[in-house]
Amino acid sequence: MTNPSLSGRAAIVGLGATEFSKNSGRTELRLAMEATLDALKDAGIDPSEVEGFSSYSVDKVPEYEIARLLGCKNVKFFSQIPHGGGAACAPVMHAAMAVATGVAKVVVVYRAMNERSWYRFGTGSYGFASTPIFENVNYGWYMPHGFHTPAAWVAMFAQRYMHTYGATSEDFGRIAVAVRDFAATNPAAFFYGKPITLEEHQASRWIAEPLHLLDCCQESDGAVAMVITSAERARDLKQKPVVIKGGAQGITEGQQIMTSYFRDDITGLPEMGVVAKELYAQSGLGPDAIQTAVIYDHFTPFVLPQLEEFGFAKRGEAKEFIRAGHHARGGKLPINTHGGQLGEAYIHGMNGVAEAVRQVRGTAVNQVAGVENVLVTAGTGVPTSGLILGTV
Amino acid sequence: MRETKLAEQDWMTEVRAMVGREYGRVYAWDEVNAPMIRQWCEIMGVENPLYTDATYAATTEFGAIVAPPAMLQAWCLEGLHPNNYPPGSTTENPYEVLRLMEGQGYQSVVAVNSDLTFERYVKVGEKLYYTTRLDAVGEQKTTALGTGYFVTLIMSFFSEKPNGGEGGQDDKVGELLFRVFKFRPANAQPAAEAPKGDAAPAVPKIKRPKPGISDDTRFFWEGAAAGKLLIQRCKCCGTLRHPPGPVCTKCHSFEWDTVESGGTGSIYSFVVMHYPEVPPFDYPNPVGLIELDEGVRLIAGLVGVKRNEITIGQRVQVEFQAFDDGELTLPLFRPVAP
Repeated sequence: MTNPSLSGRAAIVGLGATEFSKNSGRTELRLAMEATLDALKDAGIDPSEVEGFSSYSVDKVPEYEIARLLGCKNVKFFSQIPHGGGAACAPVMHAAMAVATGVAKVVVVYRAMNERSWYRFGTGSYGFASTPIFENVNYGWYMPHGFHTPAAWVAMFAQRYMHTYGATSEDFGRIAVAVRDFAATNPAAFFYGKPITLEEHQASRWIAEPLHLLDCCQESDGAVAMVITSAERARDLKQKPVVIKGGAQGITEGQQIMTSYFRDDITGLPEMGVVAKELYAQSGLGPDAIQTAVIYDHFTPFVLPQLEEFGFAKRGEAKEFIRAGHHARGGKLPINTHGGQLGEAYIHGMNGVAEAVRQVRGTAVNQVAGVENVLVTAGTGVPTSGLILGTV
Repeated sequence: MRETKLAEQDWMTEVRAMVGREYGRVYAWDEVNAPMIRQWCEIMGVENPLYTDATYAATTEFGAIVAPPAMLQAWCLEGLHPNNYPPGSTTENPYEVLRLMEGQGYQSVVAVNSDLTFERYVKVGEKLYYTTRLDAVGEQKTTALGTGYFVTLIMSFFSEKPNGGEGGQDDKVGELLFRVFKFRPANAQPAAEAPKGDAAPAVPKIKRPKPGISDDTRFFWEGAAAGKLLIQRCKCCGTLRHPPGPVCTKCHSFEWDTVESGGTGSIYSFVVMHYPEVPPFDYPNPVGLIELDEGVRLIAGLVGVKRNEITIGQRVQVEFQAFDDGELTLPLFRPVAP
């Protein structure tokens, strides 16, 4: 092998999605199939050519059923990435690795969920039992106190971040306002035509102080799928190739799932720092080479330390970046131009990867001019992942 | 318009797969006997001499005392001590399906039907047992109580043939259809206001979730129950650690003991939870990330605080509170003067 690096070896060549809603009215399997067939059609690749699959371990649609319905006969690679939304970017990375090593020539990645209408992550009731398996023991430190929602787990970090760096609820609100502005002009978004003001953000009710309602995304139904193949083949396909310039996962010291409260400092996201360092090393790019980014925004507060981990702002200074409006429409790094999970939909981050694909193709509804490279991040507070996608 | 009837949630597949399952025998402690029949009749105010007067009973078509049919279930009850069934009884739990539903937030239960049917009278000296079948789990329904599922169990009662059942199958003597509604309360209040009907309301108080406890963490919870806040300590390098684990993160020694914390510390961060309101917690619910003076942190509820007056750095002191009749003891923290 002459090129051991992952960078530039594979490309996203097909993109498919269902509509996003609060009640899809059909099965998750059907959503997955609609998105997958849509993506293969977009790529101009026959379903029989699919040799691999990757998704989230929390996805409830198994790849073998998709393979069966597609009529695949030669599936040689399949993987699932754990830790909820932390998986958002990693399926593309795994697909790229499979393609780069020749293990599979065409890989489908997907996320399909009726997370809103069939089950919800934010209920506070998860049925952890008292048996000694690790997950029960781990959440046993939190559940008996009623400290049991993702919003609350994020809020604990946010409170300390605010205390340490002087960020305010208004700073979180400025993120929500900017992404809702993008959502307002995205017909695929929940909140199409429904921008908000900072005053509305501040007046919205408490969910878990210091988080207001408008700091939290809405839970959603929907599916997104993509097709990954070699960069070489991508040149001959229908769509403009979206090259995978970097793909990385990250776990670091003191890592837990949403509750890494026992590190010396809890104002950063050091696992995202691991991802950032690896993405920049693989791609040979730095923050200045990124024109737009999709920064995981299930809750607003974690957007700030992500901007810091990726070097768009110095430690503790993301609030100045936000107050200057650099993240908003027309800013120097518009983020979440689809409206983010706060504004478009919560498809566990894979709708963010889809937006990055559109930005590279030049087909986004809120297209940023001159896009060469787009950063995408996955779920925060958990073992996570990231991608840099770009033009050839 | 698209058909929008919702497909069922995935976990219900597991529930549905359990329907039809048969659970093994639960035996009676004693064979059908005259003293128990007499006591039951006294308590229930039943004066039919067929059940208590051997002389009279001898003149009837039965030729001897029989048990009141309504006693059928009583023969196979566990007695004074819960879950204390006679030897040979199954250890399977016919109510396991209800546990699954609880895991999905359907915490409350109310009994709605208890229908006995009888095949024949049982006589003194017969040895009874029953088996249970999970007969049905209905479609999701919403009632005034809340949203949930009707779950039907059928217990079939048999009289065991002597000598290991030679001479054919055991006689079925009766059947009990028992139906409950397993639900999420319509309002988030603990379900104390279930209507009183003919069926006995059986609505348990919603309890705090219990922690998973392992060999690596048991000391903490036993300490809490004894009013002590214990911190795990590496016996090799002395590093204190929380949450506890089997091995030291610094030197990887598996040897550890514990030290008792002085119980004082400060608020390192905090949240005030408002929504969703999940029973049995009170809202707003303040929760702190406490940094103990020994240097480790833990998550704990805050007590004696005003929502708008909690600050990072506030000094706090542990206090232990028992919940759910002492089933769970938690360390909570209360502000103290600096």
